[in-house]
Amino acid sequence: MPDTLLYAIEVSLNGLMAGIMYALVALGFVLIFKASGIFNYAQGVLALFAALTLVGLQKGQIPFAHIINATLGTDLHYFGWTLPALVAIALTALVMVGLAWAIERIVLQHLVNQAPIILFMATIGLAYFLEGLGDVMWGADIKKLDVGLPQGINETIDELTFNAFGYGFFIDNLDIIAAFVAGALVLTLTLFSQYTKYGRALRAVADDHQAALSVGISLRFIWVLVWSIAGFVALVAGIMWGSKSGVQFSLSLIALKALPVLMLGGFTSIPGAIVGGLIIGMGEKLFEFFAGPLIGGATENWFAYVLALIFLVFRPQGLFGEKIIERV
Amino acid sequence: MLYREAGDFKTSYVKDSQTFPIKADRMAYFALLAVAFGVVPFFINDYWANAVFVPFLIYAIAAIGLNILTGYCGQVSLGTGGFMAVGAYACYKLMTGFPDLPMLLNVLLAGGITAGVGVLFGLPSLRIKGFYLAVATLAAQFFLVWLFNKVPWFYNYSASGQITAPERTMFGIAVTGANTPAWAKYLFCLVILVALAWLARNLTRGMVGRKWMAIRDMDIAAEIIGVNPLTTKLSAFAISSFFIGVSGALFFSVYLGAAEVGEAFGIQKSFLILFMIIIGGLGSMFGSFAGAAFLVLLPVFLKNVLVGGLGWPTDLAAHIELMIVGGLIITFLILEPHGLAQLWRVAKEKLRLWPFPH
Repeated sequence: MPDTLLYAIEVSLNGLMAGIMYALVALGFVLIFKASGIFNYAQGVLALFAALTLVGLQKGQIPFAHIINATLGTDLHYFGWTLPALVAIALTALVMVGLAWAIERIVLQHLVNQAPIILFMATIGLAYFLEGLGDVMWGADIKKLDVGLPQGINETIDELTFNAFGYGFFIDNLDIIAAFVAGALVLTLTLFSQYTKYGRALRAVADDHQAALSVGISLRFIWVLVWSIAGFVALVAGIMWGSKSGVQFSLSLIALKALPVLMLGGFTSIPGAIVGGLIIGMGEKLFEFFAGPLIGGATENWFAYVLALIFLVFRPQGLFGEKIIERV
Repeated sequence: MLYREAGDFKTSYVKDSQTFPIKADRMAYFALLAVAFGVVPFFINDYWANAVFVPFLIYAIAAIGLNILTGYCGQVSLGTGGFMAVGAYACYKLMTGFPDLPMLLNVLLAGGITAGVGVLFGLPSLRIKGFYLAVATLAAQFFLVWLFNKVPWFYNYSASGQITAPERTMFGIAVTGANTPAWAKYLFCLVILVALAWLARNLTRGMVGRKWMAIRDMDIAAEIIGVNPLTTKLSAFAISSFFIGVSGALFFSVYLGAAEVGEAFGIQKSFLILFMIIIGGLGSMFGSFAGAAFLVLLPVFLKNVLVGGLGWPTDLAAHIELMIVGGLIITFLILEPHGLAQLWRVAKEKLRLWPFPH
């Protein structure tokens, strides 16, 4: 096979892997949008916050150390103990549930029946708040997240492809794990929403708030539940992204990359989030590979958005979105 | 007692449909203009001009522009930063390409160019609605910023990739460049703001504005009663982008003096302007001013309190500021989703009945 084709295949495989990472963030969006009609801009910051909390708990950092030191003149940084990864993950999941509860209690409860744009703005406010809170609690420096996931080139694939084509593909172990995790997550979520009592309640709320209320489903409980699940998905995304590129502010910008993924897949479709992620991931890597050198590179910054924009002009509700029916 | 319509008889249709129907409002408006033009320029110094007045005036222009698109026409846009960058770079190319043009013309032409770009990115709004459109405007934001970063022609092949405003004058007085007196910066922006605000106010209460609002309230119904969605939406995009382009040009040339596109016109700027109109009030002229004033003054205030008063390090203060801004936005949305403008309206209603509310 010619070299360019082999490179292109390698690039698109890596693009698919990157797409799965986007899809992980997009999943959280879809869950909340389906259940409450809220376009949750804060999903990316939730992932950042989860990752920060995880690192902080694991290393035994003292929360708010910076502010305590600044006001009291002390020099505190660490408790002096470290937690095993699994315990820290479980504790972080608990924190995310608490956060979901607080968000419902403090913010959403007061905004029932407001226009979608107002709710969207509220989540932007929430994103700012959480970003500030994360930095104040755990410090703004770039942190290394290590929960024991394998990283680096996968030797088996390298060897197999080298034997077959005479050129070894570079695929990161972490990406492969992310793919499996994403698959498992989608499977669990689908099973949960299809076969459990709460899953059915969740779908009922997504379908029609008032009808769900009238058959006795607690809207508030469902919202806490769905934000908790979204928080958990954010935690998974945070772990994956954090292990890959360190826990830092740019993590929350990945949320923005998840938006075109959503647009492609449709705001209401869980498989759409995955397929959209794959298309965007592969598309932007291939575009950068073929067209990037011609027009100056760094096209990944905008290609996803433009692709989604062009796509939407032909299909305004995305690939798997529900058809938009408008009545006067 | 003083603030009411009673006794203020309108004897012509022109008087009947004026912007400020209540006499006290009119007086206050003219008094404010008199202070802004006649008093402030004599007392302004560099700190006040750069920290408060000039950014407020420039952000107010941008806020009015976005309010036209989002507040009046209902098309949510997250591309404001990108359009401001178009204004800034157009202004820069005009300033360096035609050194003899007066600065005012440069700024207005930059606005015109931005209007063209705005229409181009507004075209998808005919197919895409709501949140899908909001995300689609992100394409404008990221693409434009990337374009100004990657194509050296836009920054005249300067080594740093920055654009720097050369000195340009109005009536023989420098308004851009390092030698600009504070009052000249202030007055230049003030004149443009007053003119544009007057234009916007009259557009929004005329036929154009009513069409925008009809599209905002229900686009299909508006189409049925004869509002052309194509021209209406695109005119909103064009005029809004014109305002935003003018503010971008001023932001770069008068306020910053030198700018790097990703830093000065990034996505954060889009959100900042959006917050201004949310906190100020969607679909309200007063709201655009109030929101801009609020978000310009808040960081100055917080910085003085947290860094100056409590002696905290600046990075911590910046994070606390993020939390406070986020918290305030949520609080505002919960307490008064229609923003400061609604509070102002309620206050005026109360004032009318005062002191006999029953």
